Amino acid sequence: MAAWTDIFVLGLVLSNFRLLASSRLTVMIETMVLQAFALTAILLTLADRPWPLRLIVLSLVTLAVKGALLPWLLRRTMRAADVRREIEPFIGYNVSILAGIAILGLGFLIVQPLKATVVPGSASLLPGALFTTLTGLLIIVSRRKALAQVVGYLAMENGIYAFGAALVVKEPMLVEMGVLLDVFVAVFVMGITIYQINREFDHIDTDRLSELKD
Amino acid sequence: MTLTASILHWLAAVLLAPLLVGVINRTKAFFGGRRGQPFLQVYHDLFKLMGKGAVYSQTATWIFRFGPMLGLAVVLTALAIVPAGGLRALFVFPGDFVFLAYTLGLMRFFTVLAALDTGSAFEGMGASREMQFALLAEPVLFAGLAVLAAGSGQLSLSGIYNQLWSAGMRPEGAPVLLVALTLLMVLLAENARIPVDDPATHLELTMIHEVMVLDHCGVDLAFIQYGAALKLWLFAALVTGLAIPLRTGQPMVDLVVTIAGIFITAVVVGIVESTMARLRLVRVPQMLVASLALSLAAFFWILR
Amino acid sequence: MTMEMVLSSLLVLTIGAVACLFSGGCAKRASGLGVAVSVAGALLAVWPAVGVLWTGRSVALRLPWQVPFGSFHIAVDPLAALFIVMISLVSALAAIYGMGYLEACANRKHLGVTWCFFNLLQASMLLIVLSRNGLLFVMAWEGMSLTSFFLVMFEHEKQAVRDAGWTYLTAAHLGAACLLALFVLLGGTDGSLDFDRLAAPSGPLMAGILFVLAVLGFGAKAGFVPLHVWLPEAHPAAPSHVSAVMSGVMIETGIYGLVRITLLLGPPPLWWGWALLIIGATSGILGVLYALAQHDLKRLLAYSSVENIGIVCMALGLWLLGVAARKPELAALGLMGGLLHLCNHAIFKSLLFLGAGAVKHGAHTLAIDRLGGLQKKMPHTALAFLIGAAAICGFPPLNGFVGELFIYMGAFGAVTHAAGNGTLAVAGMIALLALSVIGALAAACFTKVYGIVFSGAPRSANALGAAEPPRSMRHPMTVLAGLCLLLGIGAPIGAALVSPVAAQLLGESAAVAAIVSVRPWLVALSLGGGFIAALTALLAVLRRRLHHGRSIARGPTWDCGYVAPTARMQYTASSFAWPIIDMMRWMIRPRVEACVDHGYFPRQAYLATHSADFFRQRLFVPLFRAVATVSNSLHWLQQGRNQLYVLYIAVTVLVLLVLKVR
Repeated sequence: MAAWTDIFVLGLVLSNFRLLASSRLTVMIETMVLQAFALTAILLTLADRPWPLRLIVLSLVTLAVKGALLPWLLRRTMRAADVRREIEPFIGYNVSILAGIAILGLGFLIVQPLKATVVPGSASLLPGALFTTLTGLLIIVSRRKALAQVVGYLAMENGIYAFGAALVVKEPMLVEMGVLLDVFVAVFVMGITIYQINREFDHIDTDRLSELKD
Repeated sequence: MTLTASILHWLAAVLLAPLLVGVINRTKAFFGGRRGQPFLQVYHDLFKLMGKGAVYSQTATWIFRFGPMLGLAVVLTALAIVPAGGLRALFVFPGDFVFLAYTLGLMRFFTVLAALDTGSAFEGMGASREMQFALLAEPVLFAGLAVLAAGSGQLSLSGIYNQLWSAGMRPEGAPVLLVALTLLMVLLAENARIPVDDPATHLELTMIHEVMVLDHCGVDLAFIQYGAALKLWLFAALVTGLAIPLRTGQPMVDLVVTIAGIFITAVVVGIVESTMARLRLVRVPQMLVASLALSLAAFFWILR
Repeated sequence: MTMEMVLSSLLVLTIGAVACLFSGGCAKRASGLGVAVSVAGALLAVWPAVGVLWTGRSVALRLPWQVPFGSFHIAVDPLAALFIVMISLVSALAAIYGMGYLEACANRKHLGVTWCFFNLLQASMLLIVLSRNGLLFVMAWEGMSLTSFFLVMFEHEKQAVRDAGWTYLTAAHLGAACLLALFVLLGGTDGSLDFDRLAAPSGPLMAGILFVLAVLGFGAKAGFVPLHVWLPEAHPAAPSHVSAVMSGVMIETGIYGLVRITLLLGPPPLWWGWALLIIGATSGILGVLYALAQHDLKRLLAYSSVENIGIVCMALGLWLLGVAARKPELAALGLMGGLLHLCNHAIFKSLLFLGAGAVKHGAHTLAIDRLGGLQKKMPHTALAFLIGAAAICGFPPLNGFVGELFIYMGAFGAVTHAAGNGTLAVAGMIALLALSVIGALAAACFTKVYGIVFSGAPRSANALGAAEPPRSMRHPMTVLAGLCLLLGIGAPIGAALVSPVAAQLLGESAAVAAIVSVRPWLVALSLGGGFIAALTALLAVLRRRLHHGRSIARGPTWDCGYVAPTARMQYTASSFAWPIIDMMRWMIRPRVEACVDHGYFPRQAYLATHSADFFRQRLFVPLFRAVATVSNSLHWLQQGRNQLYVLYIAVTVLVLLVLKVR
């Protein structure tokens, strides 16, 4: 099973590169759906079969929240705010991808000492998760549009989720449910905020919010 | 038996490469709702060009005439290094893939010089872009090769291709498929295929490879077009060997499977060309940098 | 016998140099004497060096010398011998070339002085690789810096040349300061600076400090980024045959020093290898990018030297990594690749500089965008330059490829056999990615040079009136181009040159294993090159047969049917390079000035791009400005009265005395 986990972690990693390379918000949201599937698959492949009921429930909830509910919310906000793409990111797409490569290498380097102790089945889960988290961070700091930043935040959360996946298989799912709820509320609030920003200023460029400082 | 098969692969490439171009053209025609040109049209074109005289620019020198000959000689040599599936190639030594990449670089060097030799502004433009995209394609190729070398523990192309998939299809082979994908992108970039270059537009301004050979005619043009077909075969063989995880151990069966696979790759290229628009020139680097990211992801994968 | 010949070579060069001074203003006599001395010195030095390379045994000589810490201790071992061969070959050929090159300035300049410095430069370079004593080494090093400084200042009446000369002198002395500190720290135990009596550094920290000093000191000469800033200034300012020597061999003595001193510092830790690898990759990529952006032929070549030194530095990084990680094969491939590339660089870079000199001689300009079509005016130079350009891009079957293949194989080996050693694999990956990027950029750079300068139609009256240089300038280029071909098709010859050095530095068994493992691919390389040549010949015959009886016409360039093409409509070098420069602008930050006149009939428009050196502008200019500010604030110390200066001295002595006695 470990080999299959690896494949899905690889899918997660590649989806992050897609996130870094694309300027269209629709593509970014689609990628979130892909990541939801990848995360679910990672969760399932990590566990021993037959799968316990709570795991199945958890994965279904994950899929529903991350794969359907959040993208739906984001799409709605996108339409409401009438933005389609990130026009001028602070860090260009090519450089973003190169930075992504560096982060990936860093991820593998950092987890070297942890490798033996933490992860039960898959050697790639930890670096993959770390990479996803850092990619999210990179997107938050390098993009201008608030929606792209929300997507970055979600990617970060996905990374943390993947971290947790190794433990979730054994631990109660309460923690995970809490996290999911957290994210949901966060995105909900952001959606409202973006809508309001857009209504007030006719754009959602966050860097121009600095004009509010005085 | 193996030797015969390798010689046969080389001969197949030499004889069938123009057909590969025909297959791509027919695929594109199919998607365009046309019947398209006959499969053998490229052969007719080549023969017609061979029988023609020539007009040379007054500006041009011997380099202009030397470029096409050297280019064809280089591809014919390079083809002898490329294995068919798991079969050993004709010419095998450690580091042969570096030789392959650099001989192809030599071919590009002289194509570009021949283009600049005419003093034509259009050809200069094409030459400049050719060097730009080569800069992006080269690291992708080498990163891919490094992944394959690391995955197989071999240092020659034949060794690598023989070792890969020797234990059949396994999920651990995922990085190899990734490399196949990146090599497909290199194929598109290096062979003037659509997301990168479109030889069929009517504006020379927007072409890359085709605009470099504007001034060539007759036998020289035949050499160039034949060389381009062989180069397509070469990359298609590299991709096919990775994408088809079949090593029967029967040389002839492997050979037939590989050649069939090469034609399937051509169909895939045709489909890609039909379904994608040409990228804007500023977007091409992004595609190639992304494929570099893919191969490096595969590399870290193998290392972990 | 060996040492006698080497000593006599040094003597011939020094005495001949002095004799040149007294040639009495007659340019012909001065040139003749200078060339004869240089060639004689080269012959006397090459013979014993080849002997040492052949047998692999080193020879030493130690003479008493009444200088504190000093002893006249010189030796020829394979490492030194390799450099002796390079130095002598390039210097002698450059001297022969220089005779014709300097003829044009014969009535404005006292050529005796120039030839004196040229011969002294050759002697001091020889002494650097010969010396086995710290003090002697530093003196020879200083001699090399000073003589080359005076050679750079050849046309000192020009302001630009003077600026370049001072930049060079400053860089050389900052480097020399590091070297002085290095030797002071290295010696000190029993008061001898002989290399074989130096104690190994006391701990890893000390060794690390010494290594950093060596990298800084030798890197300033070799041209590691960001210490390379003097290269693009000094090389274009010097006469071309001097640039050939400086770029072909003088900067390589920096690499020699680095290798020699690293050997003295004990077993290398892993981070030394990493440091060299990263420095090398940075130098290589930035060097070639800046080269691509240049508009002046010799500046371009100077930046390309930074690139090649970067490649060599990367190879040495692989060597140290291999030694530190106990992978003898990686160490051998890195070391041999680095040294081989160094030899190859000496050959093709001096060839290219001589070619640039011929262009300057023929067309009186080095601005790439003002040249064009020189192939028809100077076919001989063009062919030699083409071979050099293809060799420097590393294309088979020329010599550049052989050295790079060694490095590639080291890198691929590190990637492949690094099971459980992820660090080495990452190092290998970095090396081979950097090499492939450098290779592609070098190809872009030299297609630009050849395509714009030699192909197409002449872009200016200068280019239109260009003519082939005299025979004495052509033959050295022919020899060097021939060597490019010989060492490329005969790949095993190059390996045979560096294998004694590998045996010396890595131990017999490891080296032999490495050499045995590389021999098959070298032979295969020769075969492949021969195969390509044969096929090309075959196709040429075929083409001739097909053309037989057909009409072969000549006409204007088609250019899509445009009826009135002019030479000014050709693509320029700047436009050719622009897509890549634009793509990489986040690395080298070019400056663009454009003026576009809109409207239906735009009257005037221009576009200019400048790629000033980022490190010079952003690092060294502010740094030196700060130093100047600090120095100016101490200006009150300088009163101009003798008494005061004596007082300063007395106070200093007193303070020292007090410190020492306490």
